[in-house]
Amino acid sequence: MTRENLFNWALALALLAVPLWANAMDEPFIITLATKVAILALAGVGLNIALGIGGLVSLGHAAFFGIGGYAMGILAAHAQNYEPLMEVPFLIEGTNQMPVIWLVATVASALVALVIGALSLRTSGVYFIMITLAFGQMLYYFAISWSAYGGEDGLSIWVRNEFPGLNTLDPIQFFMIAYVILCLVLVFSARLGRSPFGLALAAARQTEERVMTVGLTPFHLRLVAFVISGAITGLAGALYADLNRFVSPTMLSWHTSGEIMVFVIIGGVGRLFGPVVGAAVYILLEHLLGGISEYWQIFLGLLLLLMVLFARGGLIGALTGREVAHD
Amino acid sequence: MSIVLILEQILNGLQFGVMLFLMAAGLTLVFGVMGLINLAHGALYMVGAFAAAAVAGLTGSFLLALIASLAAAAAAGAVVEIAVIRRLYDRDHLDQVLATFALILIFSEGTRWIFGSFPLFLDVPAALAGPLSLPGGIEYPAYRLAIIGIGLVVAALLFWLIARTRIGIQIRAGEADREMIAALGVDISRLYTLVFALGAALAGLAGALVGAIQSVQVGMGEPVLILAFVVIVIGGIGSIKGALVGALLVGLTDTLGKVFLPQFFGLFLEPASAASVGASLASMLIYILMAAVLLVRPSGLYGGSA
Repeated sequence: MTRENLFNWALALALLAVPLWANAMDEPFIITLATKVAILALAGVGLNIALGIGGLVSLGHAAFFGIGGYAMGILAAHAQNYEPLMEVPFLIEGTNQMPVIWLVATVASALVALVIGALSLRTSGVYFIMITLAFGQMLYYFAISWSAYGGEDGLSIWVRNEFPGLNTLDPIQFFMIAYVILCLVLVFSARLGRSPFGLALAAARQTEERVMTVGLTPFHLRLVAFVISGAITGLAGALYADLNRFVSPTMLSWHTSGEIMVFVIIGGVGRLFGPVVGAAVYILLEHLLGGISEYWQIFLGLLLLLMVLFARGGLIGALTGREVAHD
Repeated sequence: MSIVLILEQILNGLQFGVMLFLMAAGLTLVFGVMGLINLAHGALYMVGAFAAAAVAGLTGSFLLALIASLAAAAAAGAVVEIAVIRRLYDRDHLDQVLATFALILIFSEGTRWIFGSFPLFLDVPAALAGPLSLPGGIEYPAYRLAIIGIGLVVAALLFWLIARTRIGIQIRAGEADREMIAALGVDISRLYTLVFALGAALAGLAGALVGAIQSVQVGMGEPVLILAFVVIVIGGIGSIKGALVGALLVGLTDTLGKVFLPQFFGLFLEPASAASVGASLASMLIYILMAAVLLVRPSGLYGGSA
C-alpha cells in the first residue's frame, strides 16, 4: 500500500470518526461542519474528473452545483405547497423524497453539462475557461431574473426532505447519507480513472494526437467526462441545498465555481482524495480564521497564492511526496 | 415606440460597449503578449474606482480623480505583476486561474478592510451634469456622451500605440516570438510589466468613469470582468480590433435586449409574463450571442488559432 493510499484511508476514517465523536459529545454544529465537508468534497470529486483526469479547466461548475440545488428547491417547494409542477400534458407532482430529487438533480445537471460541454469543448485552453465561466454566469443571471422561484432572494424549504427509513432531521443520520454517497462516488471515481475510458481520457490530456491515431475522438471522451463530472457536482448541489434547506443564485455564482476549484487544488489536482482534503481544510480555515477576523478571505487568498506559487501538487503532494502525472 | 427612444438606447449601448472595451483591451493585450489569463483584472477596475472616489472626496476635482484612478490602477498592476504575475507566465492556465482568483480575494477583502462595506459615491462633474440637446430633439446626459468620447479617444490612442510606436512594435513582436525579441536586446520583463500596467490603467479608468454613474463598491469589477471575457471570446483573444468590435456588439445587444425584449414579448403575451420572460431572456442574450459566434468561428471573429 502506498503512502497516498494509507493517507486516503486515514482521511476517510477521520471524516467518519469526527462526527461520530461529536454525536456522542452532543455537538451538532461539528456534525453539520463535517456534513458540509462531505458534500463540498463530493462537488470537488465531480470537478476532479474533468479537471484532474481530463485536464479540462472548467470555471463553470457552479452551474451544475446550482442546478442540483434548484432541482431540490423546486421539487420540494411544490411538494410543500401541494401544487403540481405541471398539469399539461401530464401531471408532475413535486416530491420530498431524496432519492427522486437526487435522480432529477443528476439527470438535469448531466443534460445541461451535455449542452455546455458540446459548445465549449469546441475550443480549448483559455477559451474553454472563459466560456465555461460565461455559461455559468448566464445561468446565474437567469436564476436572478426568474421570479417564479424566488429570483434574487432564493427559495427556502421548511423541512428537510425525507429518505426512506431514516430521520434526515437528525444531523448524524443526514451526515451518514452524505458520507455514504461521497464514499460510493470516490470508489466510482477511482475505478473510472483506471478504466479504459479513464486511461484514454488521461491520454487525451497528455498527447491528443496519440489518442487520435489509435482511432479515438478526444472530443467524445472529454464530453462524456464533462457530463459525468457535471452530474456528480449536481448531486452534491442537491445535498448542499438540503443541508441548508435553502437554495439561492449564490450557488450558481462564479465564486462558487472558484471555490470548488480551490478545494481540488488545495488537496492536489488529479488526486483521488484531493477534494476531500481541500474541502476539509477550507471549512476549517473558514471556521478558525472566520472567528479571528471578518476579513479572513485575505488570509485564504494569501495562503492560496503561496500554495500555487510554491507548493505544486497540493497538500497531498506535500505530505505524501509522490508526484502525480499532470501537466 | 419612438425613434428617439431607440436612438437613446443605442447611445446607452455604445456607452456600455466603450466601457467594456477599456476592460477587454487590457485583458486581451495581457493574454496576447504574455499568454496569461487574468481574473484579477476586475480587481484593478475596482481599485481605479475607489482611488477616484477617494481623491474626488478629498479634492473635489473630477479630473484629479481620473488621474488618480489611472495612476493607482497602473501602480497596483505593476506591483502585482512584479510580485506575483511574473512567476505565472510559464505555468499552465490552471495555476494562473488560481493565483489570480487568490488575488481577487486579497484585493476585495483588502478594499473592504480599508473602505468598509458601504458603497462610496462619485459625483458627475458639474460641467457635465446636465443633459445635452442632440439634433433630432434627443436630450442625452452629457456625462454619458463624454464617456463615449473618452472611450473612443482611448481606443484611437491604443491603436496608434500598437501600430505606430516603438513600444507597439515591441509588443507585437513579443506576441509573435518572445525569445527572438529578448535576443534582440529588448528588456522583455520590463516590457511585460509595462503592458500589464497599461492594461491595469485602462481598467482603472473604466472603473472611475463607471463609478460616477453607478456606486463604487467592493466586487463591482467581477460582473464587468465576465462580460469582458465574453467580449474577448467573441472578438478573438489577443486582438484589439476584436475587442472593440466585440465590446460594441455586447454593449448594444445587452442594452437593446433589456429594453426591447420585454416589449417584444408584450406583443403576444400578457404584460406580467412578458416582462418576466423578456427579462430572463435578455439577461441571457449576450451568452447566446457568444454561443452563436462560437458555433461559426470557434476562435472568435478576429482570432487566429486558439
